[in-house]
Amino acid sequence: MLENLLDPVILFFAMGLLAGLLKSDLRLPEAIYEVISIFLLMAIGLKGGVQLSKTSLSEVLIPAGVTVLIGLSIPLIAYPVLRRIGKFSEADSAAIAAHYGSVSAVTFAVVQTYLDRLAIAYEEYVTVLLVVLEIPAIAMGILIARMKTRKHKIDYGLLFHEVFLGKSIYLLIAGLLIGWVAGPERIQPVSPLFFDLFKAALAFFLLEMGLVAARRISDLKRVGLFLFGFGILMPIASALLGMGLGYLAGLSLGGSVVLATLAGSASYIAAPAAMRIAVPQANPTLYLTASLGITFPFNLLFGIPLYHWMGTILYSIGG
Amino acid sequence: MEKKKLVTIVTESILEKKIAKDILRIGARGYTITEASGQGERGMRSSDWEQSRNIRLEVICDSAVATRIVEHMSKTYYDDYAMIVFVHDVEVVRPEKF
Repeated sequence: MLENLLDPVILFFAMGLLAGLLKSDLRLPEAIYEVISIFLLMAIGLKGGVQLSKTSLSEVLIPAGVTVLIGLSIPLIAYPVLRRIGKFSEADSAAIAAHYGSVSAVTFAVVQTYLDRLAIAYEEYVTVLLVVLEIPAIAMGILIARMKTRKHKIDYGLLFHEVFLGKSIYLLIAGLLIGWVAGPERIQPVSPLFFDLFKAALAFFLLEMGLVAARRISDLKRVGLFLFGFGILMPIASALLGMGLGYLAGLSLGGSVVLATLAGSASYIAAPAAMRIAVPQANPTLYLTASLGITFPFNLLFGIPLYHWMGTILYSIGG
Repeated sequence: MEKKKLVTIVTESILEKKIAKDILRIGARGYTITEASGQGERGMRSSDWEQSRNIRLEVICDSAVATRIVEHMSKTYYDDYAMIVFVHDVEVVRPEKF
């Protein structure tokens, strides 16, 4: 646990968080933030694509199917908890549930660097699981909201455009395709930029994410204690689900830790945009604060080592 | 110089494409969009996070179109989105443009 907190990437995040909490005037120019986020998404996709070109696609099918199952079930578990215990409105509950079923690509990048640092191997195709997990939960959240609340006229054209052509999904898929088609040798000329500099760029990005998360933390008073608890306990429950299903699907320890982290992470790019269009009556402050202000920092600082620890126990019992 | 109306809409950037399309359909000839930030009853709308960015859309049109825009906006978006709409009297040099 302590070892994780000493990783420079995590320290950058902590320093960003601190700067935000102390109201420092530190702020990354918007254009730089945009460039780094595009760079990271592209690099995550490329890395996954290159690794994917070394495996056969048939190996991916079962884990991908399990991942879709996780994405569909998390909102179904989260919704009644939010609605009955948290007393949130139907729309708010459905929107928050969708965020927790969907994923955060940055959290995925951090768990990869975590496992790389500890030299724990994981399956080459995990990036595919990241892409696969992003959408089902959003669809499920919208479905729940449609069933439970007043019928809202949804602009489906705009919605599909935001979900599939929004920058996060588009860049991940584009990177995957480029890496997969080009393969390990042809990718060499671009690898100094996209692979060697990846961790430094991630650290820089997390400094800004710390600032953004800190601004969300100031909204905590408005969202209440329940959501704070939910933002920590829900990822742990989802991670348990991901870990268990990863184990049953025959993933390695590393692969299951990645899947658990993916299940435990909450979206803050694709899901908010989709929810704003499809479930506009839901309050964005609630889902953004929960996902960005609580769950994202929790996963980075404590969640990932915790999921790793859970995996170590499961794999030592199960063999 | 001829009298026209300037309709200003401050709202969430996610609605940009949608309201731009609405406005042209209603009968405006063009519009101008700038990024905006500020604070209102729906909380701080800062430009630091793309999901909470705001835009300011301005349209110059005749008063009939202005009325229709205001009606359409309040009916379609007021309930669920952060949106402010206000109308100014303006004088324009080339009325045929609007």
